Amino acid sequence: MQWVNAIIQGILLGGLYALLAAGLSLMFGVMRIVNLAHGALAILAAYLGLVIVQATGVSPFLALLAVVPIMAAVGYLLQWGVFNRALSMGGLSPLLAAFGLAVVVTRLLQLRFSADLQSLQVGSLSVASITITDQISIGVLPLITFVVGVVVILGLQVFLSKAPLGRAMRAASDDPQTVPLMGIDNRRVYALATAIALATVGVAGMFLGMRGNFNPTYGDAMLIFAFEAVIIGGLGSLWGTLAGGMVLGIAQTVGAQVNPAYGILIGNLVFLAILAFRPTGLMPKAVTT
Amino acid sequence: MSLLAVGDLDVHYGDFQAIYGLTVTIEEGETLAIIGANGAGKSTLLKAIAGQVTPTAGSVTFAAADITRTPPHKRVPLGIALTPEGRRIFPSLTVEENLLVGAHVKRTGPWTLASVYEAFPLVADRKERLGANLSGGEQQATAIGRALMSNPRLLLLDEVSLGLAPVVVEQIYAALPTITGTGTTVLVVEQDVNQSMKVADRVQCLLEGRTVLEGRPSDLDRDQIASAYFGI
Repeated sequence: MQWVNAIIQGILLGGLYALLAAGLSLMFGVMRIVNLAHGALAILAAYLGLVIVQATGVSPFLALLAVVPIMAAVGYLLQWGVFNRALSMGGLSPLLAAFGLAVVVTRLLQLRFSADLQSLQVGSLSVASITITDQISIGVLPLITFVVGVVVILGLQVFLSKAPLGRAMRAASDDPQTVPLMGIDNRRVYALATAIALATVGVAGMFLGMRGNFNPTYGDAMLIFAFEAVIIGGLGSLWGTLAGGMVLGIAQTVGAQVNPAYGILIGNLVFLAILAFRPTGLMPKAVTT
Repeated sequence: MSLLAVGDLDVHYGDFQAIYGLTVTIEEGETLAIIGANGAGKSTLLKAIAGQVTPTAGSVTFAAADITRTPPHKRVPLGIALTPEGRRIFPSLTVEENLLVGAHVKRTGPWTLASVYEAFPLVADRKERLGANLSGGEQQATAIGRALMSNPRLLLLDEVSLGLAPVVVEQIYAALPTITGTGTTVLVVEQDVNQSMKVADRVQCLLEGRTVLEGRPSDLDRDQIASAYFGI
């Protein structure tokens, strides 16, 4: 029974990882940018939430209403000011720009907030749970995180497949040289894609902060988990990212069930196994360009 | 006033000069064919009109506005659409999605999904298929349909017949009277001289980046064209 519990908890944890990885997957899918600042930006969102909660006394859930649009605006400006230029320089420039950004964001957070652990207080919700059987109970907050993660990925998927802007993003991903011939400004499409990606990062960072402690350097671990979820699922596929998050979450909780020290290790081993035996991931993009 | 006036255009790719002081004008409603061998500068001319390459000298004027330095995405709303060399269909989008991307600028006019499907039955049969899984002819027809979806005043067609079976070329060119019938001005670039003589009001032959022959198809004979085409 405890194994069943471990798997259920793993699925719920996977929802958080999928939420965290959605923006990474989107940015890679549309622009082939590996955003190494992804984790640092998630932590930035958590601190942003913390500042808002401390200044106004509202609940972190309400603070989301401010954090998400602010992060979206940050994403738009970041793409316009940094990544679009880096993309036009080609080669490793976007990767290096993202790496530099990660360092700068982390250090600025340390300067402003120190390395102390922080968390976003959600009161009794942090311990509330639904009892299924004697041995299995589901935390309400992890369940909410999971649902939000699935909804975000579902929403992104619907947006990309149905909305005119989503269609333009897929076209830009296929062939950025031809998209301007349709009257579409690549730079603007990219800026909007990054805005959407960072809006999801805002949600992910807030849930990260509500579910546990964080400090400025937590972004590194979050980047690795998000990255693993994307790779396990298959690059450029959002459904894959959701599946990848689940696989990573389950691997970690089942590993921790074997021995509490093994959780993250087993997660990494599963990731390496996927890389070795199925390098395209679980659900690779149907069309490769 | 001509719809399009290209004046004294020079285009370089690095040290290589592709076009030398080229002048091209098209009147509204006219169909002009630019013919010439490989490397004559035909595709480069179209790229300069669509904004994909920036000329080193000269000007491009469209509907009385200087667009020499206008980026490509701002030329589409003015009414310029290019069917690029190699068709460049978006492979992960379906045929219908490719057409809808072409309609992004929302210029109004005769061309809609329905009218494109009517003009190109080849496209209508494949509308759910992914761009990656189209034959050359289907790609070409989709690419022209996609360009038409922006309801252009000037349609630029690059190497329509390249790599296609003659019967497919016939099918695609069969739609051209429908396109010109709506008043659209067409600039077609071709290696296939016979095909362009059939459809064009006027023919301009390029050789190594310069105009060597220009005239109405009825005024030109085969020997003139052959010597201009090959530079002999």
